[in-house]
Amino acid sequence: MNKLFEDPIILREIIMDHYEYPRNHSLVEDGKYHKIHMASESCIDDIHVQADIEDGIVKDVRFDGVACTISTASTSIMTQLVKGKTVEEARVIIENYFNMIDGQPYDEELLDEAVCMKNVGKQANRIKCATIGWNGLKQLLEEGEEQ
Amino acid sequence: MFDVSKIRNDFPMLRREKELIYLDNSATAFKPQSVIDAEKAYYTDFSANIHRGDYELSYRADQAYDGARKTLADFIHADTDEIIFTSGTTQGLNMAAYGLEKLIGEGDVILSTLAEHASNILPWFRLAERTGARVEFIPLEKDGHLSVENFRRALHERVRIVAVAQVTNVLGHCADIKEITRLAHEKGAVVVVDGAQSVPHKKVDVRDLDCDLLAFSGHKMCGPTGIGVLYGKMEILEKLEPMLLGGGANKRFSSHGDLILSRIPERFEAGTVPIAQAVGLAEAARYLQSLGMDSIEAYERELKQYLSGKLKELDNIEFYNPGSEAAICSFNVKGVFAQDAGTYLSSHNIAVRSGNHCAKMLVEHLGVDATVRASMYFYNTREEADRLVEVLKDCTLEKCIDIFL
Repeated sequence: MNKLFEDPIILREIIMDHYEYPRNHSLVEDGKYHKIHMASESCIDDIHVQADIEDGIVKDVRFDGVACTISTASTSIMTQLVKGKTVEEARVIIENYFNMIDGQPYDEELLDEAVCMKNVGKQANRIKCATIGWNGLKQLLEEGEEQ
Repeated sequence: MFDVSKIRNDFPMLRREKELIYLDNSATAFKPQSVIDAEKAYYTDFSANIHRGDYELSYRADQAYDGARKTLADFIHADTDEIIFTSGTTQGLNMAAYGLEKLIGEGDVILSTLAEHASNILPWFRLAERTGARVEFIPLEKDGHLSVENFRRALHERVRIVAVAQVTNVLGHCADIKEITRLAHEKGAVVVVDGAQSVPHKKVDVRDLDCDLLAFSGHKMCGPTGIGVLYGKMEILEKLEPMLLGGGANKRFSSHGDLILSRIPERFEAGTVPIAQAVGLAEAARYLQSLGMDSIEAYERELKQYLSGKLKELDNIEFYNPGSEAAICSFNVKGVFAQDAGTYLSSHNIAVRSGNHCAKMLVEHLGVDATVRASMYFYNTREEADRLVEVLKDCTLEKCIDIFL
């Protein structure tokens, strides 16, 4: 277990960093990207997630929109984590992330910085924020599968 | 004298949640014991459907329901038959938009504003779509209020319907409905008022305002959920098409499809009506009247000015409506997303609402994505306002994130 992820100050810095400087935070106009609109009915979060999946590889993931700290940071971290991974690897990462949010066992190594979201589940009304981008990508992968 | 500590004692929620500072009254208000008792009495003492006069119990339910209508009529200075019970403001406004369809046609205009709640704009969008009419927006003043001057300029011969809130739900600005109505009537337009945020907080006299339709909710004025009122001037109600048809709304019908509608207001209350809720709402109206609507308004205005003064002094707060009348303060903590500030306040037992508050067009006017809204009622206190300010003073992005660690 990475000791750094036990330190709340480090966790806070990860979240702040991704909130203030979100990665892959702009959409591109490119037909090879699949896009999904994720808007929460119960809060303000309203984002688009975009993915370029080619030959079973997640080449690029991007997002943009109006979102709180938790949804911005969690989605930003996600885009970095899955970029360049195979669809299968991305799926395992997503599964582990949801396990973590649900308070189930998960592989910390796989989630890396996303571990900063491990206690969000304590604020039950904000779980949606920590999962909105992840659900978007999950749906994009599922759609990719169907095609 | 307005004795808030005595008043607070009337509310089980306030007695129970001693640590809680409830500042989400624009969403819904707490209920005094008397309202809860009144609603409960229907279930324990005279549970029966109305208009089933063959037995004593039903007669009692009839009496209670008719009495509730009379109480609500007195509350806003209407005639008893001009009070239609609805499920709330949203239903009332939808009934208005549906029912006025025959009065509007292609090229006609519905005038509204960017500050309206979804419930007072979406039904009008649909009406416009169905009829070929158009929704036009009256420009708001810089601070977000609707001035009579701007209304006068926006008004023209094609305007058939004016749909505006008396008090807006994000910024709490109060529109001069009386003058707006006078001007609108000169052009022959019908005036529909969203009273959700006004009726609970100030004396509303529909005779004096002269508006044609006015909708409000029970639960925002200490009454039960699931009930509200659509007031309509009798001459307008006579032209209004009922949105729902069914039991109680018809006098006679036959297999040929002939239909004779019931008299007004029953015509607009198809199906079994919310009897318990009507009885509870009547009690809420009596409760508010016992405090005095003018006293409530004066107390809340003083509270608004007090909190506004304090919020204005905070360097880390962007405050959007210091000048509005209602006891609603909309703001943001600089550098903190509204929802995160809301969660931070919640971690200090302060309940506020963050978001766009169902007024999704207003953010365009304010130039922000979302705001935090603290909305007060007559049972809130200066001490609670002080506590809000104290907690906001320390609110930083770091502290908001720490809640999640």
